[in-house]
Amino acid sequence: MKDVTQLTTGPLVRKTPLNLWHHTHNGRMVDFAGWDMPVQYSSIVDEHSAIRNAVGLFDISHMGRLQFRGDLSAEFLNGILTNDTSKFRVGDVRYSLVCGKDGGILDDVLVYRLPDRWELVVNASNREKLIDWFSNSAGFAAIEFTDATLHTGMIAVQGPRALELLGRVASLPLEEMQYYTTADVTLLDSPALVSRTGYTGEDGFEIIVSAHETERIWQKIMEEGSPLGVIAAGLGCRDTLRLEAAMPLYGHELNETIDPLTAGLGFAVKFNKPEYTGKAALEQIRSAGLRMARVGLLLGGRRIAREDSPVLVEGEPVGKVSSGTFSPTLQKVIAMAYIPHQFAAEGTKVEINIRGAMVSAEVTGLPFYKRKS
Amino acid sequence: MNPEQLRFAKTHEWVSVDGDVATVGISDFAVKLLTDIVFLALPAIGKKFSPGQSMGEIESVKAVSDVYAPVSGEILEVNEQLPDNLGLLSDSPFEKAWVAKIRMSNPEQLNQLMSYSDYQKHCENDGH
Repeated sequence: MKDVTQLTTGPLVRKTPLNLWHHTHNGRMVDFAGWDMPVQYSSIVDEHSAIRNAVGLFDISHMGRLQFRGDLSAEFLNGILTNDTSKFRVGDVRYSLVCGKDGGILDDVLVYRLPDRWELVVNASNREKLIDWFSNSAGFAAIEFTDATLHTGMIAVQGPRALELLGRVASLPLEEMQYYTTADVTLLDSPALVSRTGYTGEDGFEIIVSAHETERIWQKIMEEGSPLGVIAAGLGCRDTLRLEAAMPLYGHELNETIDPLTAGLGFAVKFNKPEYTGKAALEQIRSAGLRMARVGLLLGGRRIAREDSPVLVEGEPVGKVSSGTFSPTLQKVIAMAYIPHQFAAEGTKVEINIRGAMVSAEVTGLPFYKRKS
Repeated sequence: MNPEQLRFAKTHEWVSVDGDVATVGISDFAVKLLTDIVFLALPAIGKKFSPGQSMGEIESVKAVSDVYAPVSGEILEVNEQLPDNLGLLSDSPFEKAWVAKIRMSNPEQLNQLMSYSDYQKHCENDGH
């Protein structure tokens, strides 16, 4: 066997404020987008199930946190984002894409509108690229920009008992906080930006606090959560959870050669708004009609179709898998893939070439998993 | 089976020897590192392998890995029960979770394999 001993980190990786905690709690560390991050502490499947059934904490401090202040921030961001910032109310969190001139996706981001600023939470792998992109975009000189990533930490509290857990540590009206809203609050005596968001398909919250308070707050939530069955969860189950929920992951479902309409993210692309980067290209893509679609696949057997596995119809390659895994919830192998529209109807039979083995699969509706309520 | 009596490949396969037949399995260390094993592909009976050739695949949620032949020879027998009882890999790595039996064509290759204590040192250096 190989690969099993390659899960070590290089010398120049960044560390989150929780790095020592991970290393002292059996975290199996990997280099993820230049950060030393835990892929798991125990088993990916056990951590996955804990989030689906109870609650767990993720260190997501590697995500980029970018702040925009000044009167022209909304206008500046509206010239860059595919979503329409003029429609956001204070306290809203919205998903958006950042596209290049050709409509290709530079990143997918969460946009927070706060009373005194806007914040973007961006992918770790794209943070530096985006900062370059923003600083070369029109209007950048007129806003006040801060990259808060390295002096803050970010914790995701996810699972059906997330509300109950945070209620134990904070006297905040959390149950009144709607999904995809945010607020500046005081959490355990520290200023914190809390949002009801997540990347798991479960209810949950994400918390941004200063770097030097991150470990204290993490520890306190872990202690309070122990009667509720809280666990620390790594990036391994973050991937299986988001895949069941059919949430795209940059570098897999999304990249600079894929546009958001093909990716099935049209809900976050607005055409009735002023000019923004990529708008003309996206209008053209829309009027020309989409050729490819992002679909879900349910596979027979237990071989996992990984990224780039060819998808075939009647022996002919028609597309490729973007992500695949074993779904602990469904106890089946699942995948997302890009294939031509004519094969994208639910129930269409396809085959996947997994390292030479032909495995039958069926197109299925997304998401694979949707929480009740 | 006491692992002290086995020989180990750097690629984490173990070998127990009975005459010219080598029984091959996957070490407890490798199983722990993989975690969440969901699939195992066995080699075909009668197929011949040389050391370092892939004779099977083991798939975990995280990644797929090859199972390499530690010695040259022909596959005599495979553990048909194992793919449907993958829990054996962690419950009984050195006994019930054997993968295949190989009729060795060159038993001297066993000298290239490590003792258990050398293998444990190898894992300490490589795995952390």
